[in-house]
This record gives sequence, C-alpha cells and structure tokens, in this order.
Amino acid sequence: MKEKQTATVLSQVEIAPAIFDMWIETSLAAQAKPGQFIAVFPKDRSTLLPRPISICEVKEDKTALRIVYRVAGQGTKEFSGYTAGDSIAILGTLGNGFPYEEAAGKKVFLMGGGIGVPPILELAKQMQADKKVVVGYRDSKTFLKEDFEKYADVVIATEDGSVGTKGNVMDAIRENGLEADMIYACGPMPMLRAIKAYAAEKGIKAYISLEEHMACGVGACLGCVVKTKEVDHHSHVNNARICTDGPVFDAEAVNI
Amino acid sequence: MNTQVTLAGVTFKNPVMTASGTFGSGMEYSEFVDLNRLGAVVTKGVANVPWPGNPTPRVAEVYGGMLNAIGLQNPGIDVFMERDIPFLKQYDTKIIVNVCGKSVEDYLDVVERLGDEPAVSMLEINVSCPNVKEGAIAFGQKADALYNITSEIKKRAKQPIIMKLSPNVTDITEMAKAAEAAGSDALSLINTLTGMKIDVHRRKFAIANKTGGMSGPAIKPIAVRMVYQASHAVKIPIIGMGGIATAEDAIEFMLAGASAISVGAMNFVNPYTTVEIVEGIEKYMKQYGIENVTDLIGAVQE
Repeated sequence: MKEKQTATVLSQVEIAPAIFDMWIETSLAAQAKPGQFIAVFPKDRSTLLPRPISICEVKEDKTALRIVYRVAGQGTKEFSGYTAGDSIAILGTLGNGFPYEEAAGKKVFLMGGGIGVPPILELAKQMQADKKVVVGYRDSKTFLKEDFEKYADVVIATEDGSVGTKGNVMDAIRENGLEADMIYACGPMPMLRAIKAYAAEKGIKAYISLEEHMACGVGACLGCVVKTKEVDHHSHVNNARICTDGPVFDAEAVNI
Repeated sequence: MNTQVTLAGVTFKNPVMTASGTFGSGMEYSEFVDLNRLGAVVTKGVANVPWPGNPTPRVAEVYGGMLNAIGLQNPGIDVFMERDIPFLKQYDTKIIVNVCGKSVEDYLDVVERLGDEPAVSMLEINVSCPNVKEGAIAFGQKADALYNITSEIKKRAKQPIIMKLSPNVTDITEMAKAAEAAGSDALSLINTLTGMKIDVHRRKFAIANKTGGMSGPAIKPIAVRMVYQASHAVKIPIIGMGGIATAEDAIEFMLAGASAISVGAMNFVNPYTTVEIVEGIEKYMKQYGIENVTDLIGAVQE
C-alpha cells in the first residue's frame, strides 16, 4: 500500500563528492523490494515536486531504508543537509522492482553505473544466484564497493582507469571475458542501450531500470513515459509509465 | 451544516473536485483518498481515438509550481467507456468527463458516446490545453471560435456542459461571455498558463515540447482574479482552479465567485489534498457559523 508519511532520518554521511548516504526510519521498509523507489519531498515550498530516489538497502529488521543519491539540484541539496533526528517527507514504496526470483540458479550480471549503482545493492542481497556485480564509476571514489563485496564478486570499471578496467561496465565484461545467462541493470541511458544491444546479441534476458522526470510518481499524471514495443495495458498507445509500470522493464519491451 | 452545491441542476455533496489531467480517472489516487468523499472526479481528457501525447521530458519544476506538456495522451473513448467509467461508478461521487478533440467532429463523437451513459453527470470541454498543436486551445483563444464550438456541442450534448477556459487570453470576461451566450451551462477556469524553462547548463529546453502549461501555487493569484472577473461577467456557475493547496485557498476561490473548486498539481505534492480540503471547509464553516457552503460563493466584501 502506497503512503505519504513523515519519517525520521537516522543518519547521513557524504560517501563520495556530492554522493550522500542516508538511513531513514520508516514503516515503508516492511514492503520495500529491490528496484523500487521512494519519492522525497523538499520542505522548501518553492520546490514542490517529489524527487524519485531508488532504495539502496532495506534494514534486516525492516524498520529502515537506505538511500544513496547525488546532489543534482535544489531539492537534493536540501536533503543533503538533513541530520539524524530530522524529519523527512516521503512517499512510497513506488514502482515494480526487479523480478529477482527469475534469476534463481542462473549466472547473472548485476550492473550499475554512476548514481544507478545504489539500487543494485539490495538486489545483490536478495538474489539467490551465481551473481557477479559489475559497477562503473567516474574515478577512484567507488562508493558502496565494500557493501557489494559482502554479497558477490565485484568487477569495477572507472572512466579514468584509476580502479579496475578503464572504461565502462561493458568494457569490464569484455576485458575479463565474463559471461552470464541474465542481466539486471541500472544506470545512465547510454549504458542501458549498450546492455540492451549486448543482451539481444547474446540472446539473453536483461532487466533495466529507467529514469525520467516525474511529477506524481503514482501513475496518474503521465509525465514519465517510455515507448514500448507492444501496446501496453494502460495507455493503449505504447507509452508505459516508468513510475508505475516500471521503473524496471524487460529491455526487449522498451524502445530506448 | 450543508456542504452541497448545485451546478446546472446537478447536485454535488461538496464543492471539491479534481482538476482534469492530474487525477487520471481516480484509480491511482483511490489508494490514498476515499473517492466517496469528493464532490466529483473530473477525468483526464478523452478523445474519440487514442492519442500518444508528446515526447519526454513532459514535466519540469518551476518556482512554486510546474510545467507540463503531456499532450493529452489518452486511450480513446472505447477503452475509457469499458474501463474508467465502470471503475468510477463504484463510488458515490459525481463523474465529470473532460472531452478533447482536434476538430469539432472529434468533440461531437465523444460527446455523443457519453450521452448514452447516465452515470456521467456533466461534460467538461477542453478548449484550452496549450500543449497540442491542433484543436484544443485553437478553439479557446478567440471568442467567435469558442462561441461556435460551444453551440455545436450544446446542440448534441445530453449532459450539461462546462467549457474549460484558457487564461492565455487578453480578456477572460469576453471568453466567459461567449461561452455563456452559446449555451454553456457552467465554466471551468483556469487551465494552465503557457510557460517555458531553459536549462542554462545544458542550453536546452526543460520540456521536449519547448513550452508547457504552468500550474501550482504560483499561479493562484492570477486564477483568483480571473474567477472574480468571470463571475461578474456571466450568470452561469464557475468551477475555480489554479494552485489550490489548502481549504483556505478553496474558500478564497469561492469568495471570489466560484461555485465549486478543483485541485490539480497539488495532488502530486500531497495525495491527500482533496479530502483535507473537504474537511478544512467543514471546519471553516463551523468556525464562522456558516450554515450553507453556498453562502460563500462570491461573498467577498466589496
């Protein structure tokens, strides 16, 4: 059940330049699934719309959520100033999440790029499979790397070559001669396009998590749509709603 | 205490409605609010055939509000009749269907289809969407064009019609009078104000359509002013909207001359807004000893 509520910040630290790591105490943790997101509302009334932020981790006792986000504008700048004990307005949990059960017994790549890395963490925790985390960063600020190492082998690519493969996540796969039966991914559009093409070439399934400017976050405003291959059940005009029908889609099903 | 309002012979349990395009057909928000509590659900615009809408990005935030250029994406009247109307019929609230089209014939098609559906109480005619290239606002920015389409629709409509007016005109009273003279039973105002936002770092338009309709609290004073002016120019009732966030905002519109109000962009900010306004109006009536909510209509002291 979706709900808007006032929750409490448990902690916040800056784990890389402009990348913030916040734990929030919330009853929404009980229903959170990997790949879902929450909408966070600024308190400054000049910035009204919620900011969609992916769920990075769910606390074991289901009482708190972790979000890791980049300061990109006025709203996220406000959030980055919150400290333990502050209130935070959130709406969730939103979106469909990754269908991680499908990976059972398979060889899987869990791929993240840039600020698309965080949702891969809870996915890595929940998934029972032969999984390899392949994550890409700009530079040596490889945030969440130690967290990933608790759950899977980690392969890293950096744009400046300071850690792991120089290049992107696709370069890391090629350089290391890696193979998989399935892919789960979140990251910038060029990365997702490359993964879609790679999965099609290899004949394997890829689930990708998309991003778009949102207003309502609950499927009413039709602001965040993606073109789909087939006529979808809701719009009937090949426009799936990223906030509600996604954000995770079978790469084959969307035109990106 | 009586919160009922009657517009064109249709009685609503209270004056609180949803602004077209911000509430779908109620399905998504039924998870947050009890639709039975609302005066009416005004649906997203529906055309005679499915419309794909505009490319993304379709929405952007601006100071105190937002821009949108959805482009009236809708599944068409067939899907709407099979899916959305039966959904809304389950609730004890009035159904107002927003109708859009590219030509007069398109509008008439939809109006005739809806004429066979007694569950639909009123039709709101969208002649004011700024985000589609044909139809819509082309009918809503010139008084003679507005008069013509209103009279064509009025001839064929079985339900009372509400012309939804654009604020992107020189004189709102001229448009209000034209719609009234052509037989419109009520008016909705305002639709969004045409705006633009440019990302200076990327040197690109924030919205793929370049322009978008602005809504949200920042436009409220303009909307209140236009409701006030229009209500003094015509005798037909007005549904007021534009940045309504609280019961106080809703009451402000009623004092300015609105007989009912709609909540739009603020649904996105607080999905419980509509019901909070219903409760807030009741509280206000108690506080000031107001017996009938209709006593508030146009009651600003001159």
